[in-house]
Order: sequence, then C-alpha cells, then structure tokens
Amino acid sequence: MTTVTPPQTRSARPRLRDRLVKLAEAAATPLVPADYLDLVDPLRSGAALRARIVAVQPETRDAATLVLQPGRGWAGHVPGQYVRLGVDVDGVRQWRTYSLTSPADRADGLIAITVKAIPDGVVSNHLVRAATAGTVLQLDQAAGDFVLPTPRPAKALFVTAGSGITPVMGMLRSALHELDDVVLVHSAPTADDVVFAAELRALAADGRIRLVEKHTDVDGMLGTAELDALVPDLAEREAWACGPTGMLDLLEGHWESRGLAGRLHTERFRPLVVAAGEGGTVTFSRTGAEVEADGATPLLQAGEEAGVLMPSGCRMGICFGCVLPLRSGAVRDLRNGDLTTAAEGDGVLVQTCVSAAAGPCDLDV
Amino acid sequence: MTAVLDAPAPAPATEMPPALRVVPSTPTPGSGLTRAQVEEIGRRLDALREQVLASRGQADADYIRGVIRRQRQLEAGGRALLFAGVLPPAWLAGTAMLSAAKILENMEIGHNVLHGQWDWMRDPEIHSSTWEWDTMSPSEAWKHSHNYMHHTYTNVVGKDRDVGYGILRLSEEQAWHPYYLLNPVLNVALSLLFQYGVALHDLEVEKVLSREKGLGTVWRQLKGIGRKVRKQVVKDYVVFPALAGPFFAPVLLGNLTANLVRNVWSHAIIFCGHFPDGAAQFEEEQLEGESRGQWYVRQMMGSANLDGGPLFHLMSGNLSFQVEHHLFPDLPSNRYAEIAPQVRALCEEFGVAYTSGPLWQQYLQVLHKINRLALP
Repeated sequence: MTTVTPPQTRSARPRLRDRLVKLAEAAATPLVPADYLDLVDPLRSGAALRARIVAVQPETRDAATLVLQPGRGWAGHVPGQYVRLGVDVDGVRQWRTYSLTSPADRADGLIAITVKAIPDGVVSNHLVRAATAGTVLQLDQAAGDFVLPTPRPAKALFVTAGSGITPVMGMLRSALHELDDVVLVHSAPTADDVVFAAELRALAADGRIRLVEKHTDVDGMLGTAELDALVPDLAEREAWACGPTGMLDLLEGHWESRGLAGRLHTERFRPLVVAAGEGGTVTFSRTGAEVEADGATPLLQAGEEAGVLMPSGCRMGICFGCVLPLRSGAVRDLRNGDLTTAAEGDGVLVQTCVSAAAGPCDLDV
Repeated sequence: MTAVLDAPAPAPATEMPPALRVVPSTPTPGSGLTRAQVEEIGRRLDALREQVLASRGQADADYIRGVIRRQRQLEAGGRALLFAGVLPPAWLAGTAMLSAAKILENMEIGHNVLHGQWDWMRDPEIHSSTWEWDTMSPSEAWKHSHNYMHHTYTNVVGKDRDVGYGILRLSEEQAWHPYYLLNPVLNVALSLLFQYGVALHDLEVEKVLSREKGLGTVWRQLKGIGRKVRKQVVKDYVVFPALAGPFFAPVLLGNLTANLVRNVWSHAIIFCGHFPDGAAQFEEEQLEGESRGQWYVRQMMGSANLDGGPLFHLMSGNLSFQVEHHLFPDLPSNRYAEIAPQVRALCEEFGVAYTSGPLWQQYLQVLHKINRLALP
C-alpha cells in the first residue's frame, strides 16, 4: 500500500482539537472542563492521577494490602519503587509514600501497596483499619531507584525488617523467576507479625528462596556478626536492605567496613534527623499565614497544619518536590544541622520537608 | 434618638475611654459594657471557636464536596435545559436551575472558600489561594476588599467601605449632599448590577479622587477586572447562545435572567447583613488599640441575622448567620447554625444586641433607611 494521509487532514485534526478545548474552557470558566469531567470519571485519561481502592486485604493484625485501580494516566512501575498517595483522613489531605507490592505487569492493570499501622500513624492506621473499597485517593507516578538491575545479579541478599519487606516483596513477585540464588533475612517482632508470611514460607519450602526469619521479641535484634554467620557468602552477593533507620545505619557501616559499600542498596522511609533548629515564627507570605514552629517540626508540616497549600514529595529530603524560596530568616537542615540564612530578596531554595525554623523565617508560598 | 437602650449602669467616669464607641444614630443594647465584661465575652467566644476547630472533620469535608457536586450538576443541567428553551417549561426550569447554581456558587461556595473556611482540608481544588468564582470580581482583588477591609473595619463609618459602597448614604454620620437624593435609584441600579458593583468596589474610586491612590494602580486593577469580565461575558452571552444555534435567543435571555436573579438575591442578603435596624455603626476612635474582645463585640453589634429554614440558609451562603460569620469568618459555614444558639445566649447574658428577623422585614427596614437617608 502506498496511500499517503493528506497533510491538511493531519494538521487540521490537532487544530480542531485545540479549538474544541478552547471552546470547552470558555464554557467552563471560571472553572476548567476537568472540574465537570471529574464528576463523571475521576480516573479518566488526562485527569490528575488518582486511584480507586478495589479491595482491602488484611495481612497481619496491624498490616493490610490495598489493591488499587490506578487512573488511565498511570505509567507503570519497576518492582521496588514506591508511590505517593494522597489520603483524606478526617477531611484533611495527607500525603505518604508506600512501596508497591504488586508485580509490575498484572494482567488486570491493578497495583497494590501494603501498609503497616504504626503507633500514632494518622495515615497508616486509617488505611489499615478504616479504608473502604470504592474510595478515590490521589496518586503520583512511581519513583525510586531501589530496584533490581538488568541483567539480574547471580546471587542476591535481601535484609529487611517490619514493613521493610514491602519493596522486596514487589521484586520477588515480579522477578523471582529470573533470580537463581536468593537469601532473605527478615526481622519481625513475632512469627505472627511477619507480613506475607505464608507466601514467603511457601517460597522457602519450594526451595525458591532461602528464608531466615528473625523474631526479635525472642531472638533479639539482628547483629552484623550474626548476619555474617547466617550468610557466609555475603561478600559475593548484591544486597538490598530496607527497614528502620537504626538497622540501615548498622548495615551501611558493616558493608563499608568490609569494603563492600557499592554492593549494598538501601531504602529509607524516614529522614535521618540529627539536629533540631531553634524554632521560631514562620511566615507564609503569599498565603498570609503565620505560625510558631518548634525546632523539630519540618517547615512542610508547620505549613500544612496552618492550611497552607505546601508543595510536597517524598518527605525525606530526596526528591526536591517540596522546595520553596526562603525570603528571609534562618532554617536548619534536620539531617545534618546545616544552617541556611536568607536576607530580604534572596529567595534561597530550601527543602521544607527536612528543614525547621532556626529563628523567624519567611517562605514564599 | 440619642438615649442608649437597656444600658447597664454606666462605668465610673474616670480615666478609661469607653469599651465601645457606637455612633449616636445607632443606639445599641450593650454599648455600655465595661472592659472586663467585653474581655470575658472575648474569652467565651475564643473557647467556642476552639470547640468548633477541634470537631472539624470528615463530615464537614463531605458537606462542602456535596454542595460543590450538586452546584455543578445544577449548572450543567440548567444550561442543558436552556438549549430546549424555546419550550417555556424548559426555559423556566433551566433558568431557575442556573440561577440557583449561580447563587450557590457565589454565596455558599465561592464566598466561603475565599474566606479560607476550607483551607484546612489541604485540597488544592477547594482552597482560598486557588479558587476563582463565577462573578465579575476577580477573587484575588475581592479577598483584599472584603476579607481584609470589610471584615477588619466592619461598620466603622469612614473606614468600612461596605457602609454605602462609596455610592450610597447608609449612615446618619455620612454628611448629606444633594447627590444622595439619588439614594433609592442608585440602590435599585446597584441591586440589578450587583456583580459589576462588587468588582468596581475594589477600585476605591473615592481614594482615587482624593489622590490617595495612583492612576497606575487603578489601571492595573481595571485590566484585571476587564480580563475577568470578558471571560464571564463571553461564556454567558456568546459561547452558550452560539452553541444553541438558531435557539440562541432563549439561552441568552435565560443566562441574563439567571445573572439578574443572582444579583438581586445576593444584594438583598448582603444589605440585610449590616443595615437593618438594630445593627450598630461605630466611630473611628473605636479602632484605637481595640482588643480582641472589643473586636468581637463590635462584630456582634454590627451584624444582623436572617431567620429561615435550612434551604434558605444554604441559598444565603449561611450569611443568614451574619453575626456568627463575622465573629468567625474562617470557620466552615455549615457550623454557623450549630453555634448560633450559644452566641445568642451569650448576648442575652450580657445584654448585647443580637439582631435577627425574616428577610422581608429586614429588607424593608434597609429600603426604608436608604430612602430616609436620601434626605438630610
């Protein structure tokens, strides 16, 4: 066939489309057409990315898996990555990140996250105990580089604790058939607290992975010498670790002391806080809000609690999605204690999720 | 009339200036309150505010999302019906639905969202910094003239530009001028063109005439208003009539009627908020070193409620609870009904005026005042 599409049709189509969009905008003003379309289909293509809860499946007494139908704009994920979810709890929009635990290419297009309720955790407790099928959540595209490389490593080691199993479960469900030799050392308070226990134990029974369960209420915390003894060929393995900050610090130190630093990949759920600011009055000059914040409260949190529309991202100082200009004043980086100051008009960019007031400060938002 | 009604025994005439400085023409029960009484009222009202803040939650969020959803359905349905507007029942129903949608959008949604009543939900779609409303006044400009100027200086003659909107005489204390013979006529015009009046109100023409405000600022504001007006006019008088093709006339007429209905309704509700008999006005000296307690009492004395059922309160944007709204302009509007009995009881306890009445009665009082003040 040698048929050529007439050029005028090709260029006319986008122009017609643009005109229709303009017309729809003129008809919807001061709203936008999406405000009306959202009433009909919040998951349609072109809409802000959202997800609908399809099912909530209990995993342990304090963990549950949420199966989600992502909107049509969902671009897919690589196992091990996380998503940001915007969840309305008591009417207030809260954003948190959760690792994806579903395989990357489910035929039904659904994705899943697994949430462990942490004490006083506003969002985690809501999702585990109160979330219901049908609820629409806000969603961001998957992100994160805690993923398996291609080609796959010949020998892999996963060291996880508590909900740290979640990104690893995503990897195992997607890629275990491409991994020949997998050791998983997982810590949980008791045997009943192991998330995905049945599935992991079945994999171990089938000889697909070597599973070492450490029940810390009885056995105590995992030590580095113990880990070396459990995994004698540790130096030959590409390793991934996810869990509480203390465990990750310990493992990073251990791998470094053995000269293996490049072979350990870690995923942190929280920023490492070493220093507090002095606190002070934070002014959000565009919004016109003003709050007293102590030296341990990130500016992001202080703003959100004052009802300011704060941009946000990973909430642990990695993604720079929360960066705002500091018009004046002083802030302290909670991770390393660094002081950043700005004079009137400087507009120094600061990461609000890991910075706290160190005296009066003024943010351009 | 200069006597103060029901005033408690006057405080000893010593050093302290009075806690409240009501203008002579609006004598008000409670205007003789002592400073200690005023501060006690302030503490009670702060506690009431905390009580509402602590119980704000999912039910409130569901409420405003529900109102927004119904408003958008009403608007879409009304405009769809108007396409069949050559049939009189369809025209009537479509126009009524569109009028109701515009009233809801301006009163219960736009006005209240722009007050920041729903900012706590942290939903960028329903937030004072992102909302644009279906009227000629750009929301950014309106937040200044209304949220700041009117709510801070409520009923202070010479400071609150909503006393007369710069064109009417609504206080005995405004000096009479032959121009004010037009008071009744101008009021009717303002009512019919209320959305344009509100937009132009931001310009502060009297400050321009007194050279307090530069022409450059005014020009910038005018351009902002112009952009908004063009979009609004194109939508209602070009796009939708054009979409109806040969049936453009009923659509155009329906849209015009809906805008008029909204103008007349919102003008009536808003004028009944501060100008019926019983709503006090204040002297500028009131503002000197005014405490939180004094501010609260001024808001209560200067505002007037409207009696009605739940649907009436909804269509008035809960401005029928003008007293409660002026005390707590950033509390969610659906909560005013619940705290109103407590505010009324507090007023009774301290002998403070709490003005309330049905719409027809309050509006007649306002019209009477407008007519009377046309003359010296």
